[in-house]
Amino acid sequence: MTLVKTQIGRRAFIRNTSLAGGGLVLGFSWLNSCKPEQAKTIAVMEMPKEWFEMNAFLKIGDNGVVTIMSPNPEIGQNVKTSMPMIVAEELDVDWNDVIVEQAALNTENFSWQVAGGSRSIANGWPALRMAGATARAMLVGAAAEAWQVPALEITTSEGVISHEASGNSAGYGEMAAAAAKMEVPEEVALKEPSQFKIIGTSRKNVDGKNIVTGKPLFGIDVQREGMLIATPVHPPAFGMKLKSFDAEEVKAMPGIRDVFSIKLYDEDYARGPFDHTAFNELVIVLGESTWQVFQAKKALKVEWEPTADQSYSMSLFGNPMTINHPAGSENSETHWEEMEALNAKKGNVVRRDGNPEAAFAKAAKVIESTYSCPFLAHNTMEPMNFFANVTENHAELLGPTQTPEWMETAVAARLGLDKENVDIMMTRMGGGFGRRLYGHFMVEAAAISQKVGAPVKLVYTREDDMSQGTYRPAYLATYRAALDEEGNLTAFHIRAGGIPESPLFANRFPAGAIDNYLAEDWTVETNITTGAFRAPRSNFIAGAEQAFLDEIAEAAGKDPIEFRLELLKRAQENPVGENNDYEALRYAGVLELVREKSGWNGAEHEGKHRGVSAYFCHQSYVAQVLDLTMDGDKPVVDRVCTAIDCGIVINPDAATNLAQGGAVDGIGHAMYSQLTFKDGAPEQTNFDRYRLIRHSEAPKKIDVHFVENEIDPTGMGEPPFPPVMGALANAIYKATGRRRYHQPFITDRPEIVG
Amino acid sequence: MANYTLRINGEKHEVDVDPATPMLWVLRDSLNMVGTKFGCGIAQCGACTIHLGENATRSCQLPVSAVGDQEITTIEGLSEHGDHPVQQAWLEVDVPQCGYCQAGQIMSASALLKKNPNPTDADIDQAMNGNICRCGTYVRIKQAIKTAAETAQNA
Repeated sequence: MTLVKTQIGRRAFIRNTSLAGGGLVLGFSWLNSCKPEQAKTIAVMEMPKEWFEMNAFLKIGDNGVVTIMSPNPEIGQNVKTSMPMIVAEELDVDWNDVIVEQAALNTENFSWQVAGGSRSIANGWPALRMAGATARAMLVGAAAEAWQVPALEITTSEGVISHEASGNSAGYGEMAAAAAKMEVPEEVALKEPSQFKIIGTSRKNVDGKNIVTGKPLFGIDVQREGMLIATPVHPPAFGMKLKSFDAEEVKAMPGIRDVFSIKLYDEDYARGPFDHTAFNELVIVLGESTWQVFQAKKALKVEWEPTADQSYSMSLFGNPMTINHPAGSENSETHWEEMEALNAKKGNVVRRDGNPEAAFAKAAKVIESTYSCPFLAHNTMEPMNFFANVTENHAELLGPTQTPEWMETAVAARLGLDKENVDIMMTRMGGGFGRRLYGHFMVEAAAISQKVGAPVKLVYTREDDMSQGTYRPAYLATYRAALDEEGNLTAFHIRAGGIPESPLFANRFPAGAIDNYLAEDWTVETNITTGAFRAPRSNFIAGAEQAFLDEIAEAAGKDPIEFRLELLKRAQENPVGENNDYEALRYAGVLELVREKSGWNGAEHEGKHRGVSAYFCHQSYVAQVLDLTMDGDKPVVDRVCTAIDCGIVINPDAATNLAQGGAVDGIGHAMYSQLTFKDGAPEQTNFDRYRLIRHSEAPKKIDVHFVENEIDPTGMGEPPFPPVMGALANAIYKATGRRRYHQPFITDRPEIVG
Repeated sequence: MANYTLRINGEKHEVDVDPATPMLWVLRDSLNMVGTKFGCGIAQCGACTIHLGENATRSCQLPVSAVGDQEITTIEGLSEHGDHPVQQAWLEVDVPQCGYCQAGQIMSASALLKKNPNPTDADIDQAMNGNICRCGTYVRIKQAIKTAAETAQNA
């Protein structure tokens, strides 16, 4: 048993209050957790007459039903189920008695209401447990008083409080009123992982039923009385801005209420990394229906002109950073020329161990390979949108955002309101992948609503979405390895850069495992905006590094898993240098697990071509073995076997789903997707030219295996995505005898797909 | 603008819209049936899939004027209580991640099973290839379609 102080977020738990009961509640978890044939016969659970708020995370009804608030944005990572599961675990309630609600942004009650960095569970873990445990302690305290027995003799189980000696027993609902009046304890006991009944068991998505029946869950589904639809017109290319527009004809089109331009930020507004946008001045078409404003937008006459050089100084989590956008119209062709030119020169030395130059000079063999990847658009299936209703003294914002807290400042500043008067509510999101960390569209919606004095839903078309920016950067990396006569790896050199950031993680594996190590980086400025894309930087460098390790293993005549394990053994027993980011033992653990589960040394995969990969990011470890066969010149992925160490797994089947999706996502982007530029404009603006992986290209089977341990949870959403790209490249090499260095692999000539 | 009487999910609806308006926006904006989703607007992603008669159809490219008296079924009307075998299978397999594309996936899958109650993997790939899932739930979608096929055959 662990005792913890009941301090959560920025303050201790507030006094609890009794709330009026009733209210329409949708989406009981138990409707989704039962077998379909049962679902038909189960009646809707009776609502309590009165709710008792135990703390910001939960309230208990007089009939024992519990409402748990899910504090973080839901982008498909399933935190709306898994975060409440943690509260329910420590509350010791029956999950079937739990209703989940999305919490609004509330910086007093919650911290890190962000869907980013795979941090929701890891950051929420202490507070979620404490919230449940505190409420449980108060229920026990109320029972102890009522029954005049020592609290320590009282036990709880699935929402029932019992005292064995006296034979007393009560449901949580019966004690909720008294418990809500108890003093909040200063210290509460948490369960040991061995006592978990909910955590570690698979529970269905609490929104599942609403999703499969088409209920309005998403920002784009918001409808309000008197609501108008707005759609933006932004420059067709980066390096351009608005010059003039002629709205006369468009204003006469059916359903169009107004056409005007808005400036998002004044010159003196200090932008942050998450409210930044390439297109500060937009033409807005406002009307009665989405189709009407989309049609009007096409007919609008707009003139654009080139921008001058722009520079923005900002702070990223307290660290100063500058974004420079040089003037001009950029092209993919010149991007690659610039990157290759910089990569040919010495870069900025980030880490150096031993004497790499000397080791390379006396190497028996040197291997060198260069890898690259293009810009990508996030392409969440739900295009950017937001609802805003701004009145004189108040702003209500409702929609899909991964960063409500970080965006509140920008919205308040733009509207000239105090943050207290800006309310932000998150909807379920039709995908995030990092795109909705950047919330300029929230500011746009708010500014439009304020200007027109009406509730407004801003909706981007797919083309607007794909041409707006905030892309995954383009990267390039060259690896060199030195081997001695016996095939031992004696030196390792990486030089990596990108537009506008480098993908280098100098202190990650294999740093720490090699005596002579050199890591350098470089960057190229651009006026194309970029942003975090699922597992930023790792989403390229993992695949490149793991493909290169495969080349080294081959040159050294070693089994690729054995080769990695030898390096990890060295890093574990006698690490080189300091600041190595990873734990070699856990890293080796996932490789050993994937070796076992994939049948690496068996005959199971005969006739299939295999590649292995393993990577550490977001404090978690993932290893993947990918099997493929060739159907003519088209690779068919038969199986991806995934091993993950992310500490305690909250909801195993949901985590499996996420890891399966990560594998599909990684294969898809490495194989098919790219965004290229001509004269500053993206050449792909919809799914006719921008390729995303489709059903027929998905792996036939993806099995996922978790390392069992009692380590506090680490990242889960992002880590399964990056390494699979390396496993894919390595398997394609086995199948075709030719290594793929440049993503997307279908265009890495000669083409391997039709 | 013109008046249309549409048969949607077994009920008649009157709308007064431009004849070129795609059914997607008639459903979403005129009738507040927002289960059918906007993804691309050019029939490339399948998020807007509905049934026109018994055929899976991309509603973003279906002008209201072309519907006539054909029956339209949307995700809201696939079953009365959300218990169509495909919906049940989706819950049993716990398919969705973000969930945005799933209405379209379910409409494509249910149209497939109506015509082909026992589809092969290749049949599923072919019927479902127009429906993009950005979260990558393809493996589970295939599993759910097979589960639904089995359920329907055992019923």
